[in-house]
Amino acid sequence: MSSAARPAPPEAQKDQSQLRQKQMIARHFDRLAAAPETGEKCAYTFVPGNLSELLLSFGVLPVLPEINSLQSAMRGKSAEYISIAEKQGHSEDVCTYVKSDIGMLLSGNIGPTGQRLPNPDLLLLSYTGCFTFMKWFELLREEYHCPVAMLHVPYQADGHVTPAMRQYVVEQLRRKVIPMLEQLTGRAYDEERLRECLKLSAQAEDDLVWVLHSARSVPSPIDSYFGAVYYLGPIFSSFRGTPDAVAYYRELRAEIADRVRLGKGPVTPDGEMGRERFRVVVEGPPNWTSFRQFWKMFSDEGAVAVASTYAKVGGVYDLGFRHDPDHPLETLADYCLGCYTNLSLPTRIDLLVRYLRDYQADGFLINSVKSCNSFSAGQLHILREVESRSGRPGGFIESDLVDPRYFSAANIKNRLESYFQMLEQKRPEGRA
Amino acid sequence: MKYTVGIDLGSTTTKAVVLDEDGRALGRGITNSRSNYDVACQVALSEALINSRFALVSGELGAAGLAQAERALWVAELERGFRAEQYRSQLRELASTLQRLLRRLLTRPPALAACVERILARMDEEVPALYAAGARRRSDFFRDLAGSRYLALAEQEARANGLGFDLLAGLFDKAILEVENSTVAAGRFEDHARVAVAGMAQPEPRLAAAVDRVADVELEQAGSVGTGYGRQRLPFPEGQIRSEILCHGLGAHALFPGTRTVLDIGGQDTKAIQVDERGIVTSFQMNDRCAAGCGRYLGYIADEMSLGLHELGPLACASKSPVRINSTCTVFAGAELRERLSLGEKREDILAGLHRAIILRAMSLLARSGGVHDQFTFTGGVAKNPAAVGALRRLLAENYGALAVNISEDSIYTGALGAALFALRDAQRVAS
Repeated sequence: MSSAARPAPPEAQKDQSQLRQKQMIARHFDRLAAAPETGEKCAYTFVPGNLSELLLSFGVLPVLPEINSLQSAMRGKSAEYISIAEKQGHSEDVCTYVKSDIGMLLSGNIGPTGQRLPNPDLLLLSYTGCFTFMKWFELLREEYHCPVAMLHVPYQADGHVTPAMRQYVVEQLRRKVIPMLEQLTGRAYDEERLRECLKLSAQAEDDLVWVLHSARSVPSPIDSYFGAVYYLGPIFSSFRGTPDAVAYYRELRAEIADRVRLGKGPVTPDGEMGRERFRVVVEGPPNWTSFRQFWKMFSDEGAVAVASTYAKVGGVYDLGFRHDPDHPLETLADYCLGCYTNLSLPTRIDLLVRYLRDYQADGFLINSVKSCNSFSAGQLHILREVESRSGRPGGFIESDLVDPRYFSAANIKNRLESYFQMLEQKRPEGRA
Repeated sequence: MKYTVGIDLGSTTTKAVVLDEDGRALGRGITNSRSNYDVACQVALSEALINSRFALVSGELGAAGLAQAERALWVAELERGFRAEQYRSQLRELASTLQRLLRRLLTRPPALAACVERILARMDEEVPALYAAGARRRSDFFRDLAGSRYLALAEQEARANGLGFDLLAGLFDKAILEVENSTVAAGRFEDHARVAVAGMAQPEPRLAAAVDRVADVELEQAGSVGTGYGRQRLPFPEGQIRSEILCHGLGAHALFPGTRTVLDIGGQDTKAIQVDERGIVTSFQMNDRCAAGCGRYLGYIADEMSLGLHELGPLACASKSPVRINSTCTVFAGAELRERLSLGEKREDILAGLHRAIILRAMSLLARSGGVHDQFTFTGGVAKNPAAVGALRRLLAENYGALAVNISEDSIYTGALGAALFALRDAQRVAS
């Protein structure tokens, strides 16, 4: 069947909060598109360890290349962008987020809303646990010839943050990052303004955590892997520390509270989900090129992700962390140090075991992505350990972030179906 | 009489296993039809039901007082006569299809029809030798048996009459699709079995009565379960479809109750499965993103070497000095094969290396699924290949020490057997 003849998928069902988020994003990208004229400064930065409040306090607009890459994949553009990057000499094994971003850049830097993104005034490399991030910004620096502010965040190898680690990050903020932002914007560091933003962050974080915890209900009113991607949008990207984010999470919380009250399951792009048959915890990022199809493979089986580690890459708030306006730089340091990808394997295992217990999950699934060694290294070890400690069965699927060549639908569906049937078979007799 | 059936729709063959009400395997059917899954399903089921009737005949003879060894001899002779008659019936269908195709040709060389007639007459004359006691057939599939003879005779006819071989071969290629998928051409048990008895020089007097009684048995389907890659296309409701992982696990457990680890090498995927003491799958791994090292790999190598698939293993077993094949990609392995041949390496040594390469990939998968535990059961079509089995035994011993390695004569039917057992359980649940 030709692509022209293929019927368009039905329009995704959207809640009021989603529409609000869409408007927030549209306004942000309007500002970005207008930045060359308005003179607003912009910094490219990454989701893990992003310093949104600090940028906001200087009036700097954030651009998140990872989010642009995943958006390119969801818009069906990443294959083309990756191919452009490969033509430029980037090998097949390079992280596909990077290649998609480079391809987008070389194609005119048109962002997810169809508007041109401004060139960065600063590359804020605010987290270095992923070495690819460093290489990524080296490549962007070559293209944009702009300064790079590098914040080195020590890895939590021993499973906790020491005062020295915190102090090390704070010192870098004080001596390197803040002076660069002052120089870029011509403004002095305004700690009061930063405190205000952090206060708003904490409010939004409270509501986000309430939403994530709502998945403890049976049935779960949300999907904490696929659905959570939408819920995390504002707090992981450009809106943490804004009144917009506070309003969004308040509205979202009210919507989810309604669903809990009515005993409803999650809303998927294809509408209300049917009966909840399986509750699973998911480790690893989603595939973005076939996101809706991937989600449908779960929802068709009645499988709901009640918790996921991916939903914590921009902050593990559900373990209690909140931005603390009383200790502005220390709290930013703690935030960066506590991101999921900065956690050691034993800590990740502890977290998964805890999720399985707290969310009454039947089992857990690992989506191992080809692109991300930071995420994927050690996942089979995690699988065995979590299985042995929790007694719940694990499943393993493989795909990629944004390269459609590595999403084999038949293979993944086959594994998922096998996994869910295995869960069914292992249920105690009499449980539906 | 009620029966349940499991059907395993693989990428290379479709298998069916029929169970009686007590769960005993009555009959098995297999087809290499690739036309469509519905037809393949019908052909395999029809074969399995015919096969079941031979088991019933044996039971009748037993009830009539014949000893086991004697029964086996008579049933084998009956089956040989039956298969010869079935082959003739399919030849008749092939003749009428070829004639129809000949009439449709726009340009028809004058000698063509007579050539086709002579080929078919020769094939008909060869039937007694083909099915004589002790005769070895290269395959059980009509397509393979008739195809190899037709093409050989067509080559002679083309040369003798100045006709294009391609024209004769093309006619066969079109005709065989219809014939191999026709359950009418395959015929009914009672017709061929009665002819077979009538054709025996000195038939056992109780045999004809047994055939008559079995012919009158009405086989009533009490349940069915489909599995394999084509399972979604099976004409069964969703509840009657099971993943092949679960089916292979349960099938292996039924064949060898001590099984804890199962390796299945199928046409396009390799599965490493761990099962508990009830045959319930506890974890599994499958090949990802790439099907190198699966059954099709051997098919490709057989084509490259102009050998039959079944000839590869015995030839590789003759190797005294296996070469090391590095390529894990099927196509690259083909390139490496040609290079090695051009360097003067022996075919058997190259083939031994290729078989080891397949098993090495399987060993990696086994390790990732949780290792190998006693007892180990090898299933799937490749389990019939002696070179693959030899390489597997050596690598298992090297890596996991001494353990029981189970391989059933009917290893290719393991998935269908598991499916049939699921069907039986479902039927028993409904009945109770």
